[in-house]
Amino acid sequence: MNQQLKCTVDSAAVGYQTFTIGQVKFERCEYFAYINCPKGEHLIPIDAFLRALMRDVAWGFFYGTVAFDDVFGTTNHYGNVDIYLGSKHSEWVKAGRDYVENFKSDLLMALFRAMLSDWTNAGFDPFAAPQETGTAFGRKHGNEDSLINRKREVARRMVGIPGDAALRSDDTGFPVNRAFLDVDQQQPVIQAEPGFEGELHAYNFFGYLARSAVTWNPSVVSVIRQSLFCPTTEEFILPIDHGNDRVEWFIQLSDEIVWDIKDGATSAPKAKVTMRAGDVCAMPGDIRHKGQSPKRSMLLVWENASPQIMDMIRDGTVPMVPVTF
Amino acid sequence: MVAAYKTVFGSIDDYRKGGVECLNDDPKRYVYSNMFEVAANSRPHERIAVARNLDYTIEVCRAEGLSPWMVCAHDEFVVAMDYDVTVHYRKLDDESGIDDSKDGFRTLAGEPAGRAMGRIFLKRGHQALLPEKRAYRFEASRPATLMLQSVSGPETQEKWADICQK
Repeated sequence: MNQQLKCTVDSAAVGYQTFTIGQVKFERCEYFAYINCPKGEHLIPIDAFLRALMRDVAWGFFYGTVAFDDVFGTTNHYGNVDIYLGSKHSEWVKAGRDYVENFKSDLLMALFRAMLSDWTNAGFDPFAAPQETGTAFGRKHGNEDSLINRKREVARRMVGIPGDAALRSDDTGFPVNRAFLDVDQQQPVIQAEPGFEGELHAYNFFGYLARSAVTWNPSVVSVIRQSLFCPTTEEFILPIDHGNDRVEWFIQLSDEIVWDIKDGATSAPKAKVTMRAGDVCAMPGDIRHKGQSPKRSMLLVWENASPQIMDMIRDGTVPMVPVTF
Repeated sequence: MVAAYKTVFGSIDDYRKGGVECLNDDPKRYVYSNMFEVAANSRPHERIAVARNLDYTIEVCRAEGLSPWMVCAHDEFVVAMDYDVTVHYRKLDDESGIDDSKDGFRTLAGEPAGRAMGRIFLKRGHQALLPEKRAYRFEASRPATLMLQSVSGPETQEKWADICQK
């Protein structure tokens, strides 16, 4: 890049660390993250950057691409990860400004974790809805390590079964969210015959979701082999564009989400999907999607975590759509 | 005074379906349907796939009256999406007919011999385990929508062209 055009960041003044991996450098000031690579530099508002970084870290680089915006992101190759700048935007590619560098996953994850910890100020929770947290801006003050290191709740069989992921309650630090105060919290009545008390299991799934403390961050509530029910509560905007490398499914459980769909390779807009309670929709394996939820809503994300799909991705045989008709 | 939030759920007799608006794509690729619409247009106890990912399925069942007994070699899960449904469970005396190598549920004829295990009363939003190798049946006093996490089997119905946006 033309070094004359590089932004000036006075790290000593703002108090944040600069992070470098390979030929990619990350800096922050009071308002922006700066991603600098041999082909250029890109700025992202720091609140948006930290919300996206939080998801990339929490989801272990996720399935496929985590696009922080149309220019910068990561692509997971399961064991190693690309950092890219511009390579999924047609105009950047056309101009020859696109840049990709590959890293071992554990190395990049360690750097991202350190950056998230250092750049997140006291009072800002990157997982929270904007109305439920403080500001990300300003000079370095404190940290929120306890919030950014939350453990994802992952059931092995089903939430609430003794020894499996626990139910949420006031006592365990999960009050009902302000937007779900009207969601019934009554648990199902279970009448087990003598000798079968440990075999019948049920819980209030919607009540459990109403107690989610985070947004755009699925947990796992029920599992059949590699079929994972991953519900989440959504409010405002998904902080990333998720670029699929396989099909995933959305089931809208309550309220409404509008998804902007883009081409996974070029960022060109492709479609808008409006989902309301009861709607079921596949995200094809070659698109990027970003959701907008005007009111906190309940979304079931349904994932297939089968290693067979990893093989199909490597072979280029993974289907882009789940069924044809 | 700030108005309280109202959470909007759907039901078999009250839903408002969204949809796909394409700029440069085929809406069929999104396999878009609404589970309440599927249940409303189904016969009682039909199990229709509304989502499929390789062999795994999400199925919708219209619960109405008393369903036949069903059984499966693997776990399944059911969520009551709108109205009350009771799940009855039975431990079969003879499990030899359950083939571990076969996926998906199968319907049992009549009243299979076995011990009553109990029942679970589901209301909207409640999820229950349908344990592997245990027979179960649904009972609903009015048409209700069930969402099932399962695996595709010979009795899973696929009607994509009928239920999806084109």
